[in-house]
Amino acid sequence: MPAPTFATQVLQTLAGALLLISFAMLAERRSRRLVTLLIWQGVVLVTSTLLVAVTAQQPHLFFSAALTLALKVGVLPWILLRLMRRLGIERDNEPLVNVPTLMLVGLGLVVFAFGLAQPITALATTVIRQTLGIALAVILLALLMILARRKAFTQVIGFLALENGLFFAATTTTYGMPMVVELGIALDVLVGVFIFGVFFFHIREQFDSLDLHHLETLKED
Amino acid sequence: MNELATAAPTAVVVLGLVGAWLLVGGLGLLRPNAVGWVARVLFPLGALIGLGVAAAGVAALLPAFAPQRLVLPLGLPDLPFHVRLDALSGFFLALLGSAGAGISIFSAGYFRAGEGTAPGLLCLQYHVFLASMAMVMLADDAYLFMVAWETMALSSYFLVTTQHRLPEIRRAGFLYLLMAHVGALGILLCFGVLHGGSWEMTFDAMRASTLAPFWMSVAFLLALFGFGTKAGLVPLHVWLPEAHPAAPSPVSAMMSGLMLKTAVYGLLRVSLDMLPGGPWWWGLLTLALGLGTALYGVIFATVQTDMKRLLAYSSIENIGLIVAGIGLALVFRSFELRVLAALALTAVLIHAFNHALFKSLLFLATGSVMHATGERSLGKLGGLIRRMPWVAAFALIGSLAIAGLPPLNGFVSEWLLLQTFLQTPRIPHAFLNMIVPLGAAVISLAAALAGYVMVKFYGVIFLGKHRESSLAAARDASWLERIGLAWLALGCVLVGAFPQVALDVAGRVTQALVGATVQRGPSPWWMAPVAANQASYSGLWYWVGLLLATGATYLLVRAFYRGRTRRTAQWDCGYPWQTPRMQDSAEGFGQPIRHLFGPVFKIEREVPLPTDAAPKYRIQIEDRFWAACYQPLGRLLQRITERMAVLQGGRLAVYLLYSFLTLIFLLVCVL
Repeated sequence: MPAPTFATQVLQTLAGALLLISFAMLAERRSRRLVTLLIWQGVVLVTSTLLVAVTAQQPHLFFSAALTLALKVGVLPWILLRLMRRLGIERDNEPLVNVPTLMLVGLGLVVFAFGLAQPITALATTVIRQTLGIALAVILLALLMILARRKAFTQVIGFLALENGLFFAATTTTYGMPMVVELGIALDVLVGVFIFGVFFFHIREQFDSLDLHHLETLKED
Repeated sequence: MNELATAAPTAVVVLGLVGAWLLVGGLGLLRPNAVGWVARVLFPLGALIGLGVAAAGVAALLPAFAPQRLVLPLGLPDLPFHVRLDALSGFFLALLGSAGAGISIFSAGYFRAGEGTAPGLLCLQYHVFLASMAMVMLADDAYLFMVAWETMALSSYFLVTTQHRLPEIRRAGFLYLLMAHVGALGILLCFGVLHGGSWEMTFDAMRASTLAPFWMSVAFLLALFGFGTKAGLVPLHVWLPEAHPAAPSPVSAMMSGLMLKTAVYGLLRVSLDMLPGGPWWWGLLTLALGLGTALYGVIFATVQTDMKRLLAYSSIENIGLIVAGIGLALVFRSFELRVLAALALTAVLIHAFNHALFKSLLFLATGSVMHATGERSLGKLGGLIRRMPWVAAFALIGSLAIAGLPPLNGFVSEWLLLQTFLQTPRIPHAFLNMIVPLGAAVISLAAALAGYVMVKFYGVIFLGKHRESSLAAARDASWLERIGLAWLALGCVLVGAFPQVALDVAGRVTQALVGATVQRGPSPWWMAPVAANQASYSGLWYWVGLLLATGATYLLVRAFYRGRTRRTAQWDCGYPWQTPRMQDSAEGFGQPIRHLFGPVFKIEREVPLPTDAAPKYRIQIEDRFWAACYQPLGRLLQRITERMAVLQGGRLAVYLLYSFLTLIFLLVCVL
């Protein structure tokens, strides 16, 4: 195995940072800090995308990076913070499962993700190999976060973190998706967040709270 | 399209007519509440198209006709619709078109405003129903067949629930829809087996595929289940006596006369055309089911007090006879007795055609009676022959035909069926040799009981005195209704008078299906399907003899009793103070049969004491199959769904957990 280049090492560090942020999100209860973490995740994504663009000489990844910067570091956090202020969200309730257990389950998921990625990374020829496992782990951790939280707002953040994981997997292992697909996904996420925002208002209007256990009363018996 | 039209002109014509039906249905939506437009313009137009379909079907039965195929530019990409017109589909198209034309003309005079669904919508459903039945008969791949089949089920469901404001009609409709879907599932699985791993959905590929004997039997049983559900084979018949009476009478006529025949068509198509041959037990099973159905249907028909339920049970009986005939054909085919198989099949085809004619006729007649009196319970009718002479005359023809009396058409097919049973000693199998002739006894019993049922049906409705005083105001059917009834009655008479023509026509189909035909015999006026010295019949000569005898009797009576005939009250028996309530009632008429076949029924009865000041008699007769098969099944289903409902706790986190675990599971599978 040849010695990893400097760029590869930096990229691996970034991937590690992404995973660390995911764990931090899993443990964080304050909504404002969650948004901050989401911004950091966006910054890491932009950096890693730029790095891949330079090392692999993929000019279209520059556009991806710009798009990510605008959307994930700029527009989406802004919308989320505005929503928070309008809805008066401060902190989430206690997660359904306590945080230490959640961390242990998360560790298990990371091991599982690496195991899953192994046969694929063995075949990969791109610059980065180990990152696929991390990307999968980020996706699974985001799913776990959606699962374990009570409030709709936190779940939207989990959804965005999930999308970040997918994007990371795409850029590092296959040098990004075709431009059309990327633009489409970006638009989807944007529209999705808008729709979520509308739903927040409706849910709060109906139940005076964003806590999702109120939705359980909707079930017919 | 030009080269298509030259390659398959008749098929293109039929497709055009089907399109015209759909167009007529669509036109109904233009002015959905205009009864005059829908009834006086669109329904007669639909009847004309029906005649066209019948003509095209007949064209496909001409000796010089070769099967025509078309690939339509419709359907899914890479999965186009295939259409094929051959003798079998031609025969059933002729049946559909000719009986459908009569029903359409009748409907033109029947449908009125303010009864449930708007007339325009009804017109759409009605013509979609007709068109989908035609497409079922034309389809040459499983895909188009299932699309047409489901369209047929859905359109007829909406027709059944025309009066959807009544809860019992909604219930009947739901039961019908449920059974239709269960049956469709069987058919779908049958096609799934038949393609034999080639994943080709055309019927040609299914004919060509070679299946292991086990899978052939599976396919056959699935087809028997699926088509049997639609046909109303016992014990899959429960929807039929509920749905037929719930529908408006023309729709009952279509369902009983036409839609049940699509099931017969499907069964013939799969078991005789697509499956090359099978063991004899296929035939024996089908025969046993058919005989059981025939007997069961007719026994229940005798005790009914609702005239449409009575006819519905009679339909079950007739389907039983038809399916028994198919069973015989399968038995004969498995022993390579092709001519005998052709004989059985001829009986099947002619009986299917006859049933379409006389059962439609009778259902339409009940429709006229219901419109004129507002009653459907036999206990409140009576003496209508004076008020509704036209309907009474046509209903008499239908009743005589369905009772299997010569010289009408019902006799021809039942006679042929019995002739077929008499040929069973030629089966080279000792066991079958002994068992199958017993079927002839069952058929005779069913035929005799069918006669009994028809005496009850006709006698209680049309003869005797009015059981309710309001009946005196009943008016006869309108002229459009009379044309419809007359058309169907004419068919009954013609098939009865010229059975040898029907024999030739059916021969075209049997040639295609089993590779043999039944000879009509040496004389053009006589029908001798087996051998002239064994059995022969001539409808025409029978007519001549009958008319001569009746005419002579009439003249003699006139000559000898001139001026000495007088009119008195009916069923008087010399007792002058009787009221209409003293007449034999529908319950009373069925009582001996109820007594004889007591164990078959589930009877609930309230008999008043002799000392009762206000005596009340109530009897409720139910189907044992309902309690024995369907209720346990329903309870089981209920229990399973209650268990499943635990999965749906209503907690969002739990739902998310399901997705999460599914994802993890799928990833593990990838690993």
